[in-house]
Amino acid sequence: MIRFDRASKRYPNGREALKTASFEVTAGEMLFLTGRSGAGKSTVLKLIALLERPSRGLVMVNGHNTAALSARRIPAFRRELGVVFQDHRLLPERSVFDNVALPLHASESPMKEIDKRVRAALDQVGLLDRAQALPLELSVGEQQRVGIARAVVGKPKLIIADEPTGNLDPALSLEVMALFKRFNDVGVTVLVATHDLDIVKAWGLREIVVTDGRVQDSAVAALEVPIMEAQR
Amino acid sequence: MIGWLTRHLQSALFAAGRLARAPLATAFTVLVIAVALTLPMALGLAILSIREATGDFANAVDVTVYFKHDVPLEKAQQLAASLRQRNGIAAVKLITADEALESFRDRSGFGGALDALASNPLPHAIDIRPAADATSADRMASLRRYLTAWPEVELVQLDSEWVHRLNAILDLLRGVVTGAAVLLGAGVLAIVGNTVRLEIYNRRAEIEVTKLVGGSNAFVRRPFLYTGLYYGLLGAILAALLVAVGLLLLNRPVTTLAESYGSDFRLLTPGLTHVAGLLGCGGLLGLLGAWVVAARHLARIDPRA
Repeated sequence: MIRFDRASKRYPNGREALKTASFEVTAGEMLFLTGRSGAGKSTVLKLIALLERPSRGLVMVNGHNTAALSARRIPAFRRELGVVFQDHRLLPERSVFDNVALPLHASESPMKEIDKRVRAALDQVGLLDRAQALPLELSVGEQQRVGIARAVVGKPKLIIADEPTGNLDPALSLEVMALFKRFNDVGVTVLVATHDLDIVKAWGLREIVVTDGRVQDSAVAALEVPIMEAQR
Repeated sequence: MIGWLTRHLQSALFAAGRLARAPLATAFTVLVIAVALTLPMALGLAILSIREATGDFANAVDVTVYFKHDVPLEKAQQLAASLRQRNGIAAVKLITADEALESFRDRSGFGGALDALASNPLPHAIDIRPAADATSADRMASLRRYLTAWPEVELVQLDSEWVHRLNAILDLLRGVVTGAAVLLGAGVLAIVGNTVRLEIYNRRAEIEVTKLVGGSNAFVRRPFLYTGLYYGLLGAILAALLVAVGLLLLNRPVTTLAESYGSDFRLLTPGLTHVAGLLGCGGLLGLLGAWVVAARHLARIDPRA
């Protein structure tokens, strides 16, 4: 689903945010991406969501080589994945329903389909009865769940979440993680970026750690050198 | 096709909703556009009205022959009769000095002053209308030579001269109005463009999120194009109303003034084609202004995670 092969990212100002990162995420997996702020975690997410392209190396997401994708195809590429943000990035003046419907409008789906799928997504996060509310009328946890509904409404095969529990207390965090787990159970690949080590420990999933622009993979740390050898 | 229509309808309604939610700002923008469109429309109509009113004379080739003062009526009748025999003459009308005085008395308002005159100062005259196929410069010159050859004739006057002059003035005015229309059209482009640019910056966050969830540039751009179209169309509608109100207010004074000159001159009311043209121009300018700005600025907004 995701493959980084000696991918690096150097910004025009010369800062090297990511140094030759190699890792692989198979379809249907759920895993954590951890690391301190500034370590390169968000660069990894940007490379996956194609907000940035790698300076060198290869980033493959859902079968696309992100370095080679033309600007015209980027919108279609983004519709294949669901992104959840820490600050959830809902549009404050539109209803919960319209916020969740945004990706479907962007993909120009038929109205009936939009109605059906938005309801289904809101039902999955337990907010169907708040469909007509404005985001600011909801609690922080509910807002985050709306953000998740918006990420999954397009039925993506891959969800990436950037600190989805960053603003939530432990109980709400658990709730959000359980939600992700449910999507993972039906085959969706879920990558959760977090610095919340309690959650990482509690869930015991595979963990990719970014430290100072380098990637360590908890599951395949020992195998990393052989994989790179094999790819040569 | 239905999907395409639905998407456009959605964007159209969405853009309309945005405008309606800021009625005051929208009204001001529309007013500025309307004023910019009203000026060339009104001036153009005024020129059209004058052209219409002088349209009867546009092909005027009438020739008026004025006799010398002491020429007796019989002599004038004789010339009129011989003119009727001539080739290439459509109509000949003898205006006697008495008739001329009568008509002058009626129209000029100098009736009292004229009564004080001891004798009629006006000469006999003949109005000649050449046949339609005899109006070439050669034929007119030859007619003029023939008329001036008569010793009793004082002056031969071709009506076409002042019509040419008026038409030249009108052409000049039309050029000025066209120039003003182009400038004001550019103004409308700039107004719509600037308004849409501000709108894009106000909605930066929304545009970023829309792009993040996979909205293409075309999808993000569409509501802004409708916004531009609405501004242009609303401005044009208001401009048409302003012109109509202006006509309503001016029509009576203009008619009264024209009547005092014995003219049935009327201001033209804009026809369906004029209004359609105005709406078309307004809509097109709005759309174009929005397009130029949206193409430049939307592509520059890149989502940041």
